[in-house]
Amino acid sequence: MTFSPALEERFAKMLRAYPEGKQRSAVVPMLIYAQDEVGSITPELIEEVARRCGVETLQVDEVIGYYSMLHRRPMGKYHVQICTNISCMLVGGEELYEHARKKLGIGHKEVTADGQFSLEEVECMGACSWAPAVEINYDFHHFVTPEKLDKLIEDLRKAQ
Amino acid sequence: MTALYNEPSPLETRILSRRFGMENSASLDTYLATDGFKAFLKAREMTPEQIVEQVKASALRGRGGAGFPTGLKWSFVPRTSPKPKYIIVNADESEPGTCKDRLLMEYDPHQLIEGVLIASLAVDAHAGYIYIRGEYRYLIESLNRAIEEAYSRGYLGKNIAGTGWNFDLHTHSGAGAYECGEETALLDSIEGKRGIPRMKPPFPAVAGAWACPTLLNNVETFSAVPFIIREGGKAFADLGTPKNGGTRLVCISGHVNKPGVYELPLGYPMLKAIYEVAGGIPGGKKLKAVVPGGSSCPILKADECDLPMDYDTLAKAGSMLGSGGMVVMDETTDMARVALRIMRFYAHESCGWCIPCREGTTWLRKILTRMVEGNGRREDVALLGELSKNMLGRTFCALGDAAAMPTISIVEKFAEDFDKYIVPEAVLV
Repeated sequence: MTFSPALEERFAKMLRAYPEGKQRSAVVPMLIYAQDEVGSITPELIEEVARRCGVETLQVDEVIGYYSMLHRRPMGKYHVQICTNISCMLVGGEELYEHARKKLGIGHKEVTADGQFSLEEVECMGACSWAPAVEINYDFHHFVTPEKLDKLIEDLRKAQ
Repeated sequence: MTALYNEPSPLETRILSRRFGMENSASLDTYLATDGFKAFLKAREMTPEQIVEQVKASALRGRGGAGFPTGLKWSFVPRTSPKPKYIIVNADESEPGTCKDRLLMEYDPHQLIEGVLIASLAVDAHAGYIYIRGEYRYLIESLNRAIEEAYSRGYLGKNIAGTGWNFDLHTHSGAGAYECGEETALLDSIEGKRGIPRMKPPFPAVAGAWACPTLLNNVETFSAVPFIIREGGKAFADLGTPKNGGTRLVCISGHVNKPGVYELPLGYPMLKAIYEVAGGIPGGKKLKAVVPGGSSCPILKADECDLPMDYDTLAKAGSMLGSGGMVVMDETTDMARVALRIMRFYAHESCGWCIPCREGTTWLRKILTRMVEGNGRREDVALLGELSKNMLGRTFCALGDAAAMPTISIVEKFAEDFDKYIVPEAVLV
């Protein structure tokens, strides 16, 4: 399996960053960067990461269920993550999540039929003082209202 | 002026955040023009013992949550060990209510890099890793750019700033796990495994990453070091109160008019922070409760909040200063729902390694869910308290206590908030 030149460069650098013989350390970061390019953690990807890090496939496989950002099936092109933890909850995070469920017609970790959007109710993502917070893929959005979320979603739909 | 996430307050004491909002605040040129790397050059002329002495004199305490004296932690690393020594920056910022390390990394990455370099002199380390939560991808990219800039200008790598010192620094992405903020779980995670906490001793200072001596501190802790070395430990200590040196970035969220991250001296009055710095409670509503330092802390009732925010006063009040994540709740807040939301979090994040935490958080979540969904029994309130108390001190790491402590405080202080969920005909399903 090969990746884009930029990712290959990142991986080469990453494997040199850890002490000699400790390349297992690259397993988790390699999985998350590769997932962004491949779309999900596939059996083929697990084998590839194991080969590159010099570990057993089981040693890669066993971390996937532990880290909540790793997933074995593809999420939408735009993965909408809405925080409902305490700071966000106090200022409308739960209502925002309910609004998103209705707007997108999908539930927690589900994907729209066209594969464009997925939704996830997430735990605190470090935006408490600018709540409620939403992260779409890796972009943070602060002080999000239902109207602001509608506009974000509509703009992404139009961008296609 | 770079746009900030919230307006600064004139009541702040801006030491660590002094460059926030400056034009190109993250660039090495801005850093060098504003005292950057002076502290490293000064530290290079000092002995490791002298560096540790200054950090001890600063009364700096770990900003991740535990509040352990930083200088003491540094002194535990056996710098003469023949093994390589490592430095790890804990940038896994995940404690609900906490959003400050983001700003230190985004606006002033070189301050963090310089703090790490000074620590490397103190413990004789030549490699370091910044462990960043996966959700902060934009920060991984911006830190990588800052690190590259530092390498290209001779502030990382070989012969740093012509002083003969060598140090390599890398970022390491997490992938979504609160538990990895716990330092021994973080070590397992950086070794490529599931983040399960380790038995202590040995402590990470002696056997940390790859079984080598490792110094782990929070982003904010390292970011305070350049000031301490440049201005002297005493200058930092004097900003705060005895044994509680300096300033810290307080993240104020919840029911306030001006939520934001504000740098305040240790010992700052909590009510002044709520009513003046953060502009008070919207709609003139009354204060009900405050989470003083992240959701793991016991909650304070409104009449317990008239106190200075330092580690020791908060401990005396039966809570913790924690990570600086202060969540303000007004009189309309339903504490039963708060307890449920907090427990959903801990049950989700429990790594499952030890039974009191795995089962305790799950059962607390189930009971709270059943109550809030309309099937509460009178005896459930006592059951929540009893179950939580049975977790305290009986788990492998602090996550079990972190789940139990807020629950105990809520059922003891706000028992009346559960009344409306108690129905005589409740059935256990």
